Amino acid sequence: MSETTATTAAPEQVEAPQKGFAGQSIPRKEDKRLVQGEGVFFDDVKRHGMGYVHFVRSPYAHAGIVSIDVSAAEAVEGVYGTLIGEEVAAQTDPFFEMSTPPGNEIRDYALAVGKVRFAGEPVAAVVAETRELARDAAELVEVEYEPLEPVLDAVAAVEPDAAVLHDEAGSNVVWSGTFDWGDYDQALAEADRVVKIDRLYFHRFSSTPLECAGALVEYDRGTAQWTLHCNHQMPGIGIVWMAPALRVGSDKLRIVTQDIGGGFGNKITLHPYFVALCLLARKLNRPVQWTEWRTDQHTANTHGNERTFLDVEVPVKADGTMLGYKVRAFDDAGAFPRYEPLGCIIWAQVTPGCYRWRHVRVDFTQACTNKSPTAPNRGYSRMQQLWFTERVIDLVASELGLDPVEVRKRNYIRSDEMPYETPNGCVYDSGDYARCLDIALDLVGYERLEERRRDAESRGKLLGLGIGSTLDSGTNNFGQSQLLNPELQFSGNNEVASVRLDIFGEIVVTLGTTPQGQSHETVAAQVVADLLGVTPDDVHVRAGHDSYWNSHAGFSGTYASQFAVTGLEAVKGATLALADQIRRLAAVILGAEGPDSIELAEGFAKVRDNPEAALPFMACGAIINVNNAGLPPELDDVTLNCRYVYRPPFQVPDTERKFGNLTLTYATQIHACVVEVDRETGVYEIVDYAAVDDCGTRIHPQIVEGQVHGATAHALGAATFETFPYDENGMLQTSNFYDYHVPHALDMPPLKTGYIESPSPFSSLGTKGMGEGGGAGIHAVCAALQDALRPLGNPLVTESHNPYHRVWELMRDPEASRAGVEVGAAR
Amino acid sequence: MEPVTSKRVAVTVNGALHERDVEARRLLVHFLRDELDLTGTHVGCDTGNCGACTVIVDAKAVKSCMLLAVQVDGATIETIESLASDGGLHPLQQAFSDHHALQCGYCTPGMLMSAKHLLDHNAEPTENEIRRAIQGNICRCTGYVNIVEAIAAAAKGEVSA
Repeated sequence: MSETTATTAAPEQVEAPQKGFAGQSIPRKEDKRLVQGEGVFFDDVKRHGMGYVHFVRSPYAHAGIVSIDVSAAEAVEGVYGTLIGEEVAAQTDPFFEMSTPPGNEIRDYALAVGKVRFAGEPVAAVVAETRELARDAAELVEVEYEPLEPVLDAVAAVEPDAAVLHDEAGSNVVWSGTFDWGDYDQALAEADRVVKIDRLYFHRFSSTPLECAGALVEYDRGTAQWTLHCNHQMPGIGIVWMAPALRVGSDKLRIVTQDIGGGFGNKITLHPYFVALCLLARKLNRPVQWTEWRTDQHTANTHGNERTFLDVEVPVKADGTMLGYKVRAFDDAGAFPRYEPLGCIIWAQVTPGCYRWRHVRVDFTQACTNKSPTAPNRGYSRMQQLWFTERVIDLVASELGLDPVEVRKRNYIRSDEMPYETPNGCVYDSGDYARCLDIALDLVGYERLEERRRDAESRGKLLGLGIGSTLDSGTNNFGQSQLLNPELQFSGNNEVASVRLDIFGEIVVTLGTTPQGQSHETVAAQVVADLLGVTPDDVHVRAGHDSYWNSHAGFSGTYASQFAVTGLEAVKGATLALADQIRRLAAVILGAEGPDSIELAEGFAKVRDNPEAALPFMACGAIINVNNAGLPPELDDVTLNCRYVYRPPFQVPDTERKFGNLTLTYATQIHACVVEVDRETGVYEIVDYAAVDDCGTRIHPQIVEGQVHGATAHALGAATFETFPYDENGMLQTSNFYDYHVPHALDMPPLKTGYIESPSPFSSLGTKGMGEGGGAGIHAVCAALQDALRPLGNPLVTESHNPYHRVWELMRDPEASRAGVEVGAAR
Repeated sequence: MEPVTSKRVAVTVNGALHERDVEARRLLVHFLRDELDLTGTHVGCDTGNCGACTVIVDAKAVKSCMLLAVQVDGATIETIESLASDGGLHPLQQAFSDHHALQCGYCTPGMLMSAKHLLDHNAEPTENEIRRAIQGNICRCTGYVNIVEAIAAAAKGEVSA
């Protein structure tokens, strides 16, 4: 099976070879329990007397709630109780909203209050002795609705005559604003041609983690504290949403995670469900357990942002140099802005994509519709923007007769320009896009492209090659939220680690993160082992997150491509502090000159010039913990239990100019895709595919490559199969894995991978976050299809989702797709 | 006459005989997870698509969310918990770790049981046969690349000690 993955050798730009465990693909510490079915996922946790929760959900996309009657359900033997919106409205405050007016007038509660705004919205909850009984009893809850006209399109939602979802806001607009960087008018004046594109559309889908959302929630009446055994992937901010809503301090919410079955951003906005569970646990005075059904995850959990780009304009010089762009973007937030409107600014981390575009004018509007709320989904908001930049490149290339490879290289930011400041003040740290592209093209045999086209033609197929050039911006500056709403008091970022040397010499690491497959136990152990002179087997990394032990910070969690920077910098900081304390202790005990004369190796603190004088870590741990009489006062602060909070070096962005550095690192992913399209049916197959990654210094290459594979699979699924379409009544058409087809083993093409390493100058380990990818597969498939179909009247690909029937439509009526694109002379 | 709502079931799971009264509507996967505490078998969908609940019943790989517990009366079942023996991992388990064939680990138990069923019946599978054997198992993390490599390596006995 070696042909499945081909990895190019010879990394570029590597610093001196690393010594130690960092850089090696050591066995994963997580695997032993997971391959034996001994992981602990939230649904594995049980408590005596716990009740199972089933949510009663709206069958309407938009309706008034006339009445709810739970009496028949409550009368069933084995039913413990219920919860409805009226109780929620009385006992909680609406969740904190981040937008400016009118968006911040929206009142979002744990259950629908007075009105439902999407099909699948929870209206009531029933708790019973078994899951089956809870489900049956939920059928007995009588809800009378008064249907209203659904609003299903973000562009139409802001028209004056559109029905309004949130009466209190008086408008469907969540947020709107303009961004104007460089001098767009001057760019128009300098351009030789202007390419205009009426409409581009990025579709709605979700990464659909295999483990659904859920929690077991216990309420302790004596301390008034809730404990949530759950799979929330951003507990720090989760508590910020939940505690004020529940009218308690943050210490009253203990969030515990262990193994999480995939997240991809879809487990960030679980707070409405979790608040309902907290209320039920308190009301019924018993533990309550809720596991989301697959259908509910599709219909009512988070979807990725759906974005429409209108009136695109691209000023271009005669030699193919593009000067920037102008666009009106509409983002569909679904029924409630639960993480939004952050998507209205997150895209700006990659404003020019990989390109040297200096003049940008964007009019951005986000609106509510009667669909499931959107929230972060692998590649959150940047993927949409990067798809836009890649479509711009290929559409302009097509209309001006430019070569897609040459035009990319002409417009790519060059490696000698790094660090590169974008028109809006973001700083791309390092990278070599042209080199990555060359590797990707080599891997798919670009030099034989024309020969392969002819071969495909002889078999009745059309062959096309497409490129997806993307960035994975990681380590957010949360100050970007102030570009949406200057009143918000969020900025910077942080993550925490604690490293302790315990009584028998055990090295114990606690992380603030909530990994969902990203191998934090392994990678943290590599970093600790190298700094303390031990092996990863000697390092015990606690699995999961527990806010009870003060091991977390406000932004703790696992999201937004940042562990390799925030998590590892925290681990490194704590470990260096511990190493310093061990040296100081050993110097005193061994009578050495000072801490600098002590080195740590093989589990000992040794005097550098005297191999006989060595103190085992076990002795260090024992002395401080249980045998500390007579230690001198200069060791009073030595605890061998060191906590470190990493804070990236960010400034608050300039809210007037909407200008500043929004993320710390930028990993590169450049993909090349070769498709063969059947001329008769539009069915296509990916016959060659290469993904080239540059995430700076790789601590564990195998894990990095695994993330590349996974991100590619998500993108290819979204390109061809995965979509969340709604019918005219606002019913989701793909509410389970029958209708929502995700890639299976036979769907995945052979993947070739390559890499270079351009260490980040902004992280001390040279690392960059890279788990999300930039949706490169979607962009590459779109480009490859457009290239393949060229002989059939040159249809243009203007939508991100291209199932076989869409390709067939493009072949049948190429002019329809071309109607919205024109090339004009400059002003 | 009142309808029968439960039934006595005798089933051998991982070599141990269990006799229980089970609710007639109870799914096998919930019987395994909730009554026998074998939580290694997971639930990922409601529709039999994802395969996270795959176990081996009477030498056939089945999705345990698609069977009622009362249907396995008299059957012999193997779950993920039976795969390792004498403190050592099964070659498939070791190969999955060697090849980084798991990330979050949620699909892994079902994937491993499908793979075991394949190798029990086909000692030298081709890549296509491997993909076919696991096509009823969804993995959202790996893109299957390393899973296919791991199963091939286990079939060849190429696993680390």
